[in-house]
Amino acid sequence: MNFLSLHRKIERHSGLLIFGILVVSSIGGLVQVLPIVLDDSHSAPAAGLAVYSPLELEGRDIYIRESCSTCHTQQVRPLLAEVKRYGPYSRTGEFAYDRPFLWGSKRTGPDLARVGGNYSDAWHHVHLLDPRAVVPASIMPAYPWLAQRDADQGRTIAARMRTLRMLGHPYSDADIAAAPAALEGETELDAVTAYLQSLGRSMQGTPQP
Amino acid sequence: MNYEDRIVTAFTACSVFWAVLGMLAGVYVAAELVWPTIDFGLPGLSFGRLRTLHTTLVLFGFGVSGLVATGLYSVQRTSHVRLFAPGLAWFVLYAWQLTIVLGGASILAGWNAGKEYAELEWPFDLAIAVAWVSFGVVFFGTIARRKMEAIYISNWFYGALIIVVAMLHIVNSLALPATLGKSYSLFAGAQDAVVQWWYGHNAVGFLLTGGFLGMLYYFLPKQAEQPIWSYRLSIVAFWAFVYTYIWAGPHHLHYHSIPEWVQSLGMAMSLILLAPSWATMVNGIMTVSAAAKKLRSDPALKFIVLSLAFYGLATFEGPMLAIKSVNVFSHFTEWTIGHVHSGALGWNALITFGTFYFLVPRLAGAPLYSARLANIHFWLALAGVMLYVLSMWGAGVSQGVLWLSLDKLGEVRFSFNDVMAAMKPYYLLRFIGGLLFLAGAVLMAVNLARTFSGRRTVVVAPPPAHAAKGLA
Repeated sequence: MNFLSLHRKIERHSGLLIFGILVVSSIGGLVQVLPIVLDDSHSAPAAGLAVYSPLELEGRDIYIRESCSTCHTQQVRPLLAEVKRYGPYSRTGEFAYDRPFLWGSKRTGPDLARVGGNYSDAWHHVHLLDPRAVVPASIMPAYPWLAQRDADQGRTIAARMRTLRMLGHPYSDADIAAAPAALEGETELDAVTAYLQSLGRSMQGTPQP
Repeated sequence: MNYEDRIVTAFTACSVFWAVLGMLAGVYVAAELVWPTIDFGLPGLSFGRLRTLHTTLVLFGFGVSGLVATGLYSVQRTSHVRLFAPGLAWFVLYAWQLTIVLGGASILAGWNAGKEYAELEWPFDLAIAVAWVSFGVVFFGTIARRKMEAIYISNWFYGALIIVVAMLHIVNSLALPATLGKSYSLFAGAQDAVVQWWYGHNAVGFLLTGGFLGMLYYFLPKQAEQPIWSYRLSIVAFWAFVYTYIWAGPHHLHYHSIPEWVQSLGMAMSLILLAPSWATMVNGIMTVSAAAKKLRSDPALKFIVLSLAFYGLATFEGPMLAIKSVNVFSHFTEWTIGHVHSGALGWNALITFGTFYFLVPRLAGAPLYSARLANIHFWLALAGVMLYVLSMWGAGVSQGVLWLSLDKLGEVRFSFNDVMAAMKPYYLLRFIGGLLFLAGAVLMAVNLARTFSGRRTVVVAPPPAHAAKGLA
């Protein structure tokens, strides 16, 4: 049977067509994506990786809310110029607690994978509220509302940590119970700053290649 | 029993509305990169949220509404039957448009799942899944009741769009909700990245390529009044396309922290993808070349032919950018943005515009209000997309080369801020390009609305059964 007469069958039977599309389009995912998802070594945390503290988690969720990853990547490629500019290249184990991952696809502003500890908290506060006060050529938006809003306005931090625990993040009952109090008196500005300062922490002290 | 065309009209109107609004959001964020203070400190106008709204509205508002409109129009005519379950089709309309309206508002309010081109949070993901499956039931139900023996080519592509996008959407949206507006992905880190780009690249593949190829295979032969040049080539190109596209996602993750074999496999399959992509382009160009004379008088056909050229350009550029040694320079730069827009503006938007110029007069039962306005739109769109793509090429190549440049002592030669500051003229040119393109879309909206206000209702009945037999 040549392929045209086989196709004559497929194009005359809607069930066969649906089945054919489903099978043919699934192969790539089954061979290429499924092995990555099933291989636990890709989700194992790096040796020095700590789970996000409540304040850092709140900051990360605000980072997602404002779509910061539209302009900032968190992925240092193993290229000489990138390692020189930003620091050690990114390793798989650094992202075990990143749901979703925030590598980004566009570097309108600089990469942030190694930004933690590079600037003071005070610098981040000024920069987030008025980027051009510290970087005159910056085209980053200002985020004045971060200073005006209390962290965890919806009082959902415990619910969020419980959800992450169900997905395997090592939060204890005590961690979750203490979380609302830990965010008391902090602003969203403090939370985002704490998150930014945590970036690259697990790789600090790693010798550059 | 007449064809159910009111639903086609409704989806077309929604598509045009979202095109104008989505592109307006795009032009505004382009302006924010030139004048960063024009968000006036308002969260809803802030770049990150507005950029996310832009992609959501053009992809799911403009793009999907246009695909559903043309899919429901052509599936009836290629099957010689009235739409299956028209009530369900109206449900799809209301469910989908409500999802875009409320979902768009939720993005401006700060709900965000954090995955590119899948930012809507879990309640909307559920709504999308229900509406999408309902669309599938209407579409395949119509095909199952067809009076034609063979299922026409355009329906293979629309069918692949429905099936594969359902699979991608459901897997990539798997998440555990923490609150109504916040969920966490079932996958973390590198695994999440591989799943996301399997989704992301194939949303491009099966929505922006496959879906619109369905549009091409019905409306190009209709407008050119020519049969498709090669049926055999359509078959080969279709199955090669469905098989190959799904492998190409990891080229979005070159030199990232995922295994090397996945990157190399993604690159190889991306290069192979050039063959089915161009096979379809050749089929389209050979079809229209038999009707080249019509190009001088028919504005709708001009749009479609130009869109084919951009389709060929973008599907050549894609595999080139997937080569690791090219990707080193292009990755993370404006070149990516230029590539996306040569496809999204040059191919998807232009073929949709051309199809609407053909479709709306037929739905309205009145000639197009102004062919002259449509011609002006054509040149505005061409100038806009060229200015956009060329400026982003310039910007992207500059960024790629300058970021990786080392001096003779082996140190980084240019600071990030210097390279960023050098982008300003390119950003200004891109803003102007986008503005021209938007102006064209507004002209189209006016033109189509005026066409409709002069309408008489047309109802078209399916041909009698003996006609179908003769054609098969």
